[in-house]
Amino acid sequence: MLYFLAYEQINDLLNALRTLGYTCMGPQVQDGTIVFDELNHAAQLPWGVHDMQKPGYYRLQQSEKKEAFAWANGPQAIKPLLFKPKESLWRVQKNDDGKLIFKEIMPDHKPVALIGARSCDLAAMAIQDKTLLKDKFIDKQYQWHREHLFVIAVNCSYSGGNCFCVSTQTGPKATSGYDLALTEVDKGFVVDIGSDKGRNLITTLKCIPATETNSRQADTRTAQAASMQTKRMPKNNSRELRNILMNHLDHPRWHEVAERCLSCGNCTAVCPTCFCHHQTETPVAQGDGSVHAREWDSCFTQGHSYIHGQVVRDTTEKRYKQWLTHKLGTWWDQFDTSGCVGCGRCVTWCPVGIDLTEEMAAIAGESNVVTDKKKGPHDD
Amino acid sequence: MMIDTPVAMKIIAKNEESPDVFTLTLQFMEEKETGYDFQPGQFNMLYLFGVGEVPISILAHGEDNSLYAHTIRRVGRVTQGLSLLKIGDCVGLRGPFGRGWPLDKAQGKDVLIVTGGLGCAPSVSIIHHILKHRERYGRLIILQGVKHSDDLIFRKQYQEWAQLPNVQVALAADISQPNWPGHTGLITELLDQVHLDLSKTLCMMCGPEGMMRATAERLTQLQLPEDAIYLSLERNMECAIGHCGHCQFGGTFICKEGPVFNYPEVKFLLSQRGF
Repeated sequence: MLYFLAYEQINDLLNALRTLGYTCMGPQVQDGTIVFDELNHAAQLPWGVHDMQKPGYYRLQQSEKKEAFAWANGPQAIKPLLFKPKESLWRVQKNDDGKLIFKEIMPDHKPVALIGARSCDLAAMAIQDKTLLKDKFIDKQYQWHREHLFVIAVNCSYSGGNCFCVSTQTGPKATSGYDLALTEVDKGFVVDIGSDKGRNLITTLKCIPATETNSRQADTRTAQAASMQTKRMPKNNSRELRNILMNHLDHPRWHEVAERCLSCGNCTAVCPTCFCHHQTETPVAQGDGSVHAREWDSCFTQGHSYIHGQVVRDTTEKRYKQWLTHKLGTWWDQFDTSGCVGCGRCVTWCPVGIDLTEEMAAIAGESNVVTDKKKGPHDD
Repeated sequence: MMIDTPVAMKIIAKNEESPDVFTLTLQFMEEKETGYDFQPGQFNMLYLFGVGEVPISILAHGEDNSLYAHTIRRVGRVTQGLSLLKIGDCVGLRGPFGRGWPLDKAQGKDVLIVTGGLGCAPSVSIIHHILKHRERYGRLIILQGVKHSDDLIFRKQYQEWAQLPNVQVALAADISQPNWPGHTGLITELLDQVHLDLSKTLCMMCGPEGMMRATAERLTQLQLPEDAIYLSLERNMECAIGHCGHCQFGGTFICKEGPVFNYPEVKFLLSQRGF
């Protein structure tokens, strides 16, 4: 059964979550982008804000129509909340007699409720779960964040210029991984319940059932988002890409893209499934202790492939090849899925506008442009 | 039992093997860690206080099964620091990690061990294992190659192994000093000098990738089946549990699915640069 949450009830929702002990994180405009930060009040939401996205381009635009989720995505969403940019793993103390005492460090803060996760972000979360949680080894800190997370997804009503989740079958409508999923309609949201936690919250808020009109409008909105997408991943992001990539390791396109790539690592930083991290050490000032942490790393850095005095990937060409063959290729071998969820962030935030769908198209020989597209209302 | 948060280890012996290679023998400082055990070919993460960790293969048990030797080349920040420690100092250890040598598959076969440079260290534990369970294996042929004859470590051990029945040791150096007892030239040339019964041989290799590629190619030319060749690979490793991404090698994480691989599993990528 679907419910209706009026715009006026957003603050009640935030209050209810806070009463349950959560810190609410939601989208808001900061520094010209939509970021996720502590959300204390509905007024902080990006009302009427659209995002214009092209390769290497992200701008916000204010419109008359006051919707809270009239945008596709910002540079980050769920990943930094679960797989933190930096997380302490253990602490070591040196005794007077020189003996080292090690102690694991677990997160110690209020659980987080995330409002506004997109379908692609949830697909990415499911992939990170495979890497860090549903593996022979478990990342305990990730596990803590994951188990304490309350997810309110918001289905997309608009797609950005770099979105291609339809071709990767990861959106624009969320199908799992949420406690509640909202779709924005006139004056509020249609609410779908994804878990008992979500159901309890909706009961607390005394939401009324959604009307037939509400539900129809919700469907139209998500269909609109899908129809707006002009990009696609060749071969619909299937396992086929794995062999195409591994059979074309000497394709001239690798050299060509490396001429443009700055090897800056922006793509890996905004990618919601990239998990590479290096281990860092921060000794305390007194000299008798140290904290061992993990911190995001990128396969585009020189240090990533450093091994006893040598660098395995000493050129940009090798690094770009490493990234794409893993993300779209051998990721299948390891996790039985592609590492791409079609969010388009790596395209938007690439300073030189390299578009992985275009690179893949060049190598796979299949177009990355949606051809049978029905024009959406916001296209021209 | 695997230790996931480091525990304290005491250095109880330190050996200088060559100007830049040393061996630290470690002992647990806590009683409760006695459940620790490892397979030949696995590795530990050794932690230097305030600096960080490095992956180091485990050499062998001590006589009383409580000592763990780690042979280390002084090359980066952590290994430089470890080389300055003294007997009685404390380091951290977590492990053991990875997949070791195929002990089961080697049973009943002649075992050919081909190592280059410091690659000899990860093979010491398998040599010890074979010598300890001599009846389970056929001939043991140990080939070790070095760039310069002065680089050879474990000299005494090679001499001792060479004296044992059913064991053959052959050494090669690209460049040699006078009185070098071994071959001067490539290690692959030794393959033609030692007598191998390739119908019942299993090969285990560890060393520079170029050397392992050349050896594998020569052995397959000599009609050793590709799946009778195992090799230990190495990449940057920081977490040792397949999470940090540095050792991702095609569809595997070397720290988790390796470091020991069957040759057909990695043959293709070994021939490509940058993976």
